Amino acid sequence: MLSYFLRRLILVLPVAFGVSVVCFMLVQIAPGDPLTAIMPVDATAEQQAAMRAAYGLDKPVPVQYLIWIANLLQGDMGRSIATGRPVAAEVFGAVGNSLLLAFSAAIIAFPIGTFLGFLAGYFRDTVLDRAVTAISIAGVSVPNYWLGIVLVIIFSVNLGWLPSMGAGPGGSQDWHWDWTHIRHLILPAVTLAVVPIGIVARTVRALAGDILSMDFVQALYAKGMSRGDVLRHVARNAAATALSVMGLQLGYLLGGSILIETVFNWPGSGFLLSNAIFQRDLPLLQGTILILAMFFVAMNLIVDVAQAAIDPRIKRS
Amino acid sequence: MAQVEAELQPQAEAAPKPQGYWSGVLGRLAGDKVAMACLIVIALLILSAVFAPWLGLADPYRGSMIARLKPIGTEGHILGADEQGRDMLARLIYGGRLTLFIGLMPVVFAFFIGSALGIAAGYVGGLTNTIIMRVVDVFFAFPSVLLAIAISGALGAGITNSLVSLTIVFIPPVTRVAEAVTSGVRSLDYIDAARASGAGALTVIRVHVIGNVLSPIFVYATSLTSVCMILAAGLSFLGIGVRPPEPEWGLMLNTLRAAIYVDPWLAALPGVMIFATSLCLNLLSDGLRSAMNVRD
Repeated sequence: MLSYFLRRLILVLPVAFGVSVVCFMLVQIAPGDPLTAIMPVDATAEQQAAMRAAYGLDKPVPVQYLIWIANLLQGDMGRSIATGRPVAAEVFGAVGNSLLLAFSAAIIAFPIGTFLGFLAGYFRDTVLDRAVTAISIAGVSVPNYWLGIVLVIIFSVNLGWLPSMGAGPGGSQDWHWDWTHIRHLILPAVTLAVVPIGIVARTVRALAGDILSMDFVQALYAKGMSRGDVLRHVARNAAATALSVMGLQLGYLLGGSILIETVFNWPGSGFLLSNAIFQRDLPLLQGTILILAMFFVAMNLIVDVAQAAIDPRIKRS
Repeated sequence: MAQVEAELQPQAEAAPKPQGYWSGVLGRLAGDKVAMACLIVIALLILSAVFAPWLGLADPYRGSMIARLKPIGTEGHILGADEQGRDMLARLIYGGRLTLFIGLMPVVFAFFIGSALGIAAGYVGGLTNTIIMRVVDVFFAFPSVLLAIAISGALGAGITNSLVSLTIVFIPPVTRVAEAVTSGVRSLDYIDAARASGAGALTVIRVHVIGNVLSPIFVYATSLTSVCMILAAGLSFLGIGVRPPEPEWGLMLNTLRAAIYVDPWLAALPGVMIFATSLCLNLLSDGLRSAMNVRD
């Protein structure tokens, strides 16, 4: 197991390197001078040159990358151009809120998706199956930023049950596990959960259907095993694949919450990202994308290792 | 002699008429009611978008102070009017032009570029394969929404920038599928036979590989169109896609958001268009998949 983990870890390193290059390139492809936002309009050519030198922009691009990555490895992601605060501090505060939202959505989506998918797979080609299939297709087709608006219209505007904005009363940024804060979490988490419900239901339906039609299921019934025990065998066979899909979905939830965070003014990484984009705060943009992508890479690694731990067949291949 | 001919006749007639692969696919697709309904909806959306100027609609750019946020069903504005008093029906139909264009073209571009890269990687193998596929792996490390927003955010708003960023987002998945199916075909005996008879790489690819790999890649690409639509409108919704005052569904959803307390269902209309289109694209892609007998 440990050697498998190390082997996977070594495979991750080139990907992580590539991700850092892509994030670095984001600033390079951006049109215009990254310093125009903070450079005084009447700056002389010498002042401009001094400023460029201070930010290391006078060096060749590969050298700039090496300086950037060296600082990065020491936890220094540069400073936000807009606020002057260290990027790392800004990003980590926001990522915490995004993780909270992503995990809440996962807690809603995975059990519902699994349950629906299993029902559909077990009762193949019945009305139930068709209903679940319709739900899952609708789930993967819905633009979730629009769904968020519709839920706000229903539950905030019309019924007035739940708040539509922010992560706490009065735009508070500090999270507490009490009802006044959890109320703010419900709508964004439900909105974010809809797409993974569709995807998990679809996956589990196909898995359950395939496994139930295997010979060993017949054999277990034939030897007199009870329905519940047979289903436990089916679940164990489906677990590795289902878990890997869910793990990836959790990663997507973190990266994909940007639009939802904008709809609900949720103070997470997506909100930070859209601010960074509009203020042309490229270091902040770069840092946020890098951290989110690295989370996704780590998630992939965890999923692979967990899958191998559950299903020994994967480790051998 | 006449007797012999008479005996042969029924046999000749009984031989099945050779049916082309594509006519078989189209026949099966035509029998799929859901897929056909979706095809009709999409065709109508595209046609109305293309022929919008000749449909006798109101000017989608001209606002009116009095008509601001008129509700759905108002005389003269069947679907109401937006926050600047512009006719919603006209804007929704005109909006299809940009939304469908930016929602579909990146998949078309990615289909060609990704197929070329994937077929090259799968056929040539070796170092070429390693280089192409490792670069693809890096892009797979980004969730698609994040990558699209990152590139669009860095490049800035604009139609071309949206097309570029979405194309970059969809090249890696197409490449991965193209590489997988090509590697599968590459190891078959008839490819070796063609190579042994002296055919060059390009000839083998053109004659023997493309025909066998294109339909699974194509079906896979159609399954990406719905995500691409949602992402394209999402970029405009965030303000990093199409610039105002162009009518575009995502952008309209964004500008009408401020009106949800005044006229909530009017504000939700552009999203209905995005949802309906992406639903039809998904169902059509599913129908195409089963008509072409492609397994995932």
